[in-house]
This record gives sequence, C-alpha cells and structure tokens, in this order.
Amino acid sequence: MRIIKEGIVDNNPVLSLMLGLCPTLAVSTTALNALGMGAAVIFVLTFSNITISAIRKWVPESVRIPVYIIVISTFVTIIDYVMHAFAPEIYAHLGIFVPLIVVNCIILGRAEGFASKHSVWEAFLDGIGCGIGFTLVIFIMGAIREILGAGTLFGRAILPQVFLEKPVIYMILPPGGFLIIAILMALTNWMRRKR
Amino acid sequence: MKIFLIFLSAFLVNNIVLMRFLGLCPYIGVSSNLSSAIGMSFAVLFVMLMASWITYAIYKFVLVPLNIVYLRTSTFILTIATLVQIVEMFLHKKAKELYDALGIYLPLITTNCAILGTAFLVIENKYTFLEATVFAIGTAFGFMIALTLMAGIRERLELADLPESFKGAPIAFVMASLMALAFLGFVGLLGLSI
Repeated sequence: MRIIKEGIVDNNPVLSLMLGLCPTLAVSTTALNALGMGAAVIFVLTFSNITISAIRKWVPESVRIPVYIIVISTFVTIIDYVMHAFAPEIYAHLGIFVPLIVVNCIILGRAEGFASKHSVWEAFLDGIGCGIGFTLVIFIMGAIREILGAGTLFGRAILPQVFLEKPVIYMILPPGGFLIIAILMALTNWMRRKR
Repeated sequence: MKIFLIFLSAFLVNNIVLMRFLGLCPYIGVSSNLSSAIGMSFAVLFVMLMASWITYAIYKFVLVPLNIVYLRTSTFILTIATLVQIVEMFLHKKAKELYDALGIYLPLITTNCAILGTAFLVIENKYTFLEATVFAIGTAFGFMIALTLMAGIRERLELADLPESFKGAPIAFVMASLMALAFLGFVGLLGLSI
C-alpha cells in the first residue's frame, strides 16, 4: 500500500520527477484520449516491471539496458496492436504516441531504479502506483482542456450553450497544454512548500 | 516545391517541440544556457539525420520484404541506441574536437523521443528517401530554433522577479506556451496545415 501511495503522491512521475512529459501534453486534448493513454502506460509499466524483476538475477550488469529495452518494446508492441484492433478511435487520436511509450522515461526509469532491485510483488505494486500517478495527471490535464476547450467532458456537454458555441479553442491547441502543465507544476511546488 | 514544403512544414508549421510535443525533456532540461542548447541542437541534427536514414533502410529492405513490420518498435529503438553508441565511439577516436563539443549530449539522445518519433513519422507519411532526408533536417532545425530561442529567454528569466512556486520548470512551460502561440501564426503559411 505504501509503495502504491508513493508512486501516486510523493514521487508522482510527471509533476515531481518531470518524466513522461511528451505524451502528457500531446494526447491530453480530451479526457477519453488521456484515459486511453493512461491505460496503455499502466499495462506496459506493470508488465515490464514484473518481467524485469523476475529476470533480474540472470541479467548481466553490462547488458541490462538493452535487455530492459527489449522487454519494454515487446509489451509496447502488444498494446500497440491490441489498441489498434479493439479501440481504433482512440488509437487514431493517440497516433505515434502509442509506439513512443517505448522511450517514455518513466518506464525505463522504474525498470532501472526500482524493478531491478526489488521482488516481483513490490515491482508489481510500484508499476501500478506509478502508472496510476501518471494516469491521474494526464486525466486531470485532459479533463481541464476538454471542459475549457470544447465545453464537454467525455463528449457530453456540461457547460452552458453560450460557451459551447464559442469555447476557448486555445486550450485544445498546443499552447493550452503547455499553460496547464505549468500551472499544475506551480501548484505542486506551492503545496510542497506549504507543508 | 514539394520538397521545400516538407522542409517548411517540419521546420515551422509542425515544429517538433512546440506543435508535436516531442523532445520536451531536453527542451526543458538543457535550455538553461545558450551554449549547451546549441551543442545539444547539433547533436540532435547529426543523430536525427543518421537515424532516419538507417531506420528508413531497415524498414524498406528488411522489415517489409520479410513481412515482420510488427517488430518495428523494437528494431528502431535498438538501432538508434546502437547508432548513438557507435557515433560516440567514432567521434571519441576520430574527431576529438567534435566529441568534446557534443560528447555529453550524445547519451541523452537515445531516449529522446524526437529521434524515434521522426523515424515513425517518416514511415507513417510514406516519404521517399530524399523527402525523408529533408524532413529530418527540417525537424532538427525546428528543434534547434525552439531550443535556442528558449535558452535565450531563460537566461534573461534568471534575473526576473518571479513567484517562488513558478521558478524553474513552471515558468519555462509558460514561456513555451507563449512561443507555441506565436508559432500557431505560421499555420496556413503557403497552405500548410497542422
């Protein structure tokens, strides 16, 4: 339980460690896309953590990074093809960011920093925790950008008609992504200093 | 003309950092002073060009004929990692000056999603070899202009009186937002769209 909580709150991969910024900004245009990306990352992170932790005693120190990369890219390829087959609409929006999960620093970072030193069970929990931490941030971003940029949430209108006709398109466009992440990071810093 | 449009699109309209959100880690991480930003940009230009040539050749002459396109993610990332290692060793032996200038940035590039992203985009857009070359150069120049502009701004931000919570990365992202807004002005240039 403690491991999961650390991944979500104290060591949040995006806001504290500044890892995995590219997908966070790129695919958070709607809440649904953000959840799709989050699910893909949770899958890859959990399974690569489990696998790497299970084989950690047999992997020679000098070739560990290429081994990790192969393990990670295997799971990325699986989720790439699964999403392409079963969730084609979300996949079309996520585009090249699904195969690019392979260079997401969160996953290699957790493999090197945590899974290679801990038991399978702990690595599994860490994968879930960090994955949820990432998903939470990307979902908050996606929800804010969708509400302000289109007046909807999960495609359903939640703001008054006047707003729906003239939404803040700026939020859906790239500059809005940069602005929201800046505000979220400043908020995190502020909360940490108050404590 | 098409070649020129590909260059312009990769350079300004679909700027890799500000419009496509690729390569953000070095964009925020290495942009605190101008000289390291320039060093990083040239390292990216060099690796991006070589990586897109090699991944293009592997895709066209190995993966497609053997019908194993599903292995592209694994092969591309391993090829790029190997390539960066070889380039680093080669520069270390043969071009000491260039190595001293670019050396420390090269290992960072392996996990730079801009490189792998460009390789995927070349495949996705079905570019020919010449078009892929121009696309890679344009993308690398786009990275360079975004990174050097940002470094110039951040050198001045050091002196600015900011709220404590906004110091460092948050204010850099606010600047990125304003730059992205400015780059949106290029949309529609010669009929190019996002």
